Amino acid sequence: MATATLPVTERENYLNKEYGIRSWLFTIDHKRIALLYLLSVTFFFFIGGLFALLIRLELLTPAGDLVQADTYNKLFTMHGMVMVFFFLIPVVPATLGNFLVPIMIGAKDLAFPRINLMSWYLYVIGGILIMHCMLTGGVDTGWTFYTPYSTAFTNTKIIEAGLAVFVAGFSSIFTGLNFIVTVHRMRAPGMTWGRLPLFIWANYATSIIMILGTPVVAITIILVAAERLFHLGIFDPKLGGDPLLFQHLFWFYSHPAVYIMILPSMGIISEIITCFSRKRIFGYKFVALSSVAIAVLGFLVWAHHMFVAGMSVYAALIFSFLSYMVAVPSAIKVFNWTATMYKGSISYTTPMLYAFGFLGLFTIGGLTGLFLASLGIDVHVTDTYFVVAHFHYIMVGGVLMGYLGGMHFWWPKISGRMYPEGWGRLAALIVFIGFNLTFFPQFILGYVGMPRRYWQYSPEFQVLNVLSTAGSTILGVGYLLPMIYFLWSMRYGKQAPDNPWNAAGLEWKTSSPPTTFNFDETPVVDFEAYDYENIKDTDDDGGAH
Amino acid sequence: MSDSPAVTAHNPELRHHFADMAQQKDAASLGMWLFLVTEIMFFGGMFCAYLIYRLQHFNDFAAASQSLDITLGAINTAVLIGSSLTVVLAVNAAQRGKRKLLVFYLVATIVLGCTFLGIKAKEYTQKFEEHHVPGPTFHFIPTRMAGHPEQPPIDERHAEMFFSLYFVMTGMHAVHMIIGVGLFSVLTFQSWKGRYSAGYYTPIENAGLYWHFVDVVWIYLFPLLYLISLHG
Amino acid sequence: MSEHSTSVGFYVMIFIILLLLTATTVGAAFINLGPLNPVIALGIATTKALLVVLFFMHVKGASEKMIQVVIMMGIFFLLLLLGLALADYGTRLWS
Repeated sequence: MATATLPVTERENYLNKEYGIRSWLFTIDHKRIALLYLLSVTFFFFIGGLFALLIRLELLTPAGDLVQADTYNKLFTMHGMVMVFFFLIPVVPATLGNFLVPIMIGAKDLAFPRINLMSWYLYVIGGILIMHCMLTGGVDTGWTFYTPYSTAFTNTKIIEAGLAVFVAGFSSIFTGLNFIVTVHRMRAPGMTWGRLPLFIWANYATSIIMILGTPVVAITIILVAAERLFHLGIFDPKLGGDPLLFQHLFWFYSHPAVYIMILPSMGIISEIITCFSRKRIFGYKFVALSSVAIAVLGFLVWAHHMFVAGMSVYAALIFSFLSYMVAVPSAIKVFNWTATMYKGSISYTTPMLYAFGFLGLFTIGGLTGLFLASLGIDVHVTDTYFVVAHFHYIMVGGVLMGYLGGMHFWWPKISGRMYPEGWGRLAALIVFIGFNLTFFPQFILGYVGMPRRYWQYSPEFQVLNVLSTAGSTILGVGYLLPMIYFLWSMRYGKQAPDNPWNAAGLEWKTSSPPTTFNFDETPVVDFEAYDYENIKDTDDDGGAH
Repeated sequence: MSDSPAVTAHNPELRHHFADMAQQKDAASLGMWLFLVTEIMFFGGMFCAYLIYRLQHFNDFAAASQSLDITLGAINTAVLIGSSLTVVLAVNAAQRGKRKLLVFYLVATIVLGCTFLGIKAKEYTQKFEEHHVPGPTFHFIPTRMAGHPEQPPIDERHAEMFFSLYFVMTGMHAVHMIIGVGLFSVLTFQSWKGRYSAGYYTPIENAGLYWHFVDVVWIYLFPLLYLISLHG
Repeated sequence: MSEHSTSVGFYVMIFIILLLLTATTVGAAFINLGPLNPVIALGIATTKALLVVLFFMHVKGASEKMIQVVIMMGIFFLLLLLGLALADYGTRLWS
């Protein structure tokens, strides 16, 4: 398959077609917009990471010695807000999704390139607002803006932060809308629904959540802002309003938002595992439809965040049951990936290492989610570090592992250069060790009763907290490494062939990096996805070096 | 690609990444409908709050609702339905390539939209003068006694919640109207310049879809806010 | 692309029906029908909405089945939000 003969630099591609700042800021090329997103998302990742390190430093000792209680409240709030709304939600769809969705289905671009650019600008405006908010005082409500604290009591900058989230939310709505229309209307001839790569299915399901859920959180934020600004009484208990209604509306988006984060990463894992096992995916239809099932079921479970908040016990029973249901499609995916690897010829490349990491960590995160879905245990561990550990296993162990795996997998396509494989494997190992050291102790901490969101704690919790803080510095190094060697490889890396992994999929049939319109002529698809039985291995180790 | 001789017959509005006008039109239409779905969910959050509080405080909501001006509300409903008619006629004129008729109907839509907003402003002014705007100065005395004499007295706080919902729901609706009027102003200008023809009128059609959607929202808002239990 | 030759007269007819329905809903609100009042009000509103969606927004007769799926999806998830939220509020006082 690999047909690269000319050196990359001599061929025209989307990177060298035009130069200059204007050619980037006014581009409507989905690949360039993906890179703009990549830069801005990485920036916010390190901002959020900085807050995380400060939180871990404060928790190194039981006393509140590094920061004041108020500052600590702001630290974890801003960490949550930046990470959720400005990193985890856009990270895979807006970078790898933006880059790959049109290429994988054989299109020249997304359906609405200018709306795509507008999405990025909305994201940037939201980002500037949140940065300004942080620099001029920040917010201390937690990323969830719970009423009545957020509407009636706190003096921090709720409205500005809310506006930032609102604007960034519309960025994500337009990305989702763009993806859905693109998948429906822009597929190349022969690219039937049954031949779509699973990464596309995952992004499609994600987009459904984005367009259905995000507007609800947008209006909820408006209601909170109206209550603060104009004294409207929507959630105000003084007028007979119900603060729990805020939680209903908020979690109607924010629980499915977890699936916005994890689904695209699951799509990446499907691509990586098939490629490096040299096998067709086990149960294509089940993996594809389980993405959609997760998206739909994800809307039925939101109130499991409110079990102890005073909601109806009978409704809690229903929501508990529905929450268990989400485990079914998630488990289908994990079992099918495992079955795909069975008797495959597995190569231990960097992306595959991240995929292994994903499988283990996502399984732990998912299973502890079942603990939280069961009413009795939830009462015991609500608002403890058990919850914190659980969702970090999903969001960091799941989403970030998938994202980093995907970045390594498609880096040759994106940049036209190979990353250093040895360093890649080392970083993957460091991330895995650092992650578990950071977050596994938090399961135990939560189970023995350490509450979340406090800047001080009883001395008996210190050993585990020290372990966690130590892990977080290792994790920090693990995240810095890829950034350094990716940057290094852009200049010094080996030139990447068109298909370095000998992988299936349309994105590997175009040049690395692709030309502006992705393909010289519109491809015609006459093969199933992951047709690895029919791909001859030109070199036995699948191109990994 | 656009400079190959075979494509000279193509519509200049065809963008580079679409194969033909049909694909482009289908994509735009699907995109617009998906956007309207996000709008359904956007208003849905407020309808959810309204539904729950109305069920909890029915009598107070009914009493508060009776202070609204039904005549103005009904007139506004008629005005908005009329503007939907002019929009659909504008799309029809665009389909048939009648430029002047198109401009006429677009202007008519803008006029009707502004009439709606004017009447709405009048209603808001009334509410303001009656101290029915939520906040420190809020004050509410039921104008007519609702329902049966044995019903408990009206709780002023719950009436305040009704007006909070009234203002936020009609307010968000009005914001959408203002955006719509702005959109149609741009489209009127472009239509006057002759940008749209029988071969390309997708923006007119999509703006029309948006306007009809705003109309549908009002079709629900009117009975929910103005017509709670008027029989006494 | 497959617009029927809907005439101006047809649109005006829909418009008049919508006005009549508006008058009906105002009138019905003044008659005491007990629990039927909100049912009738919402029924008429839904009829009006359907008329607008089917004929003004050209969903009826559109070649695209996808549009109908999209609308149904929006309504389904709206009802889901209302229904599951009500499941909480409706049963809160049971115990």
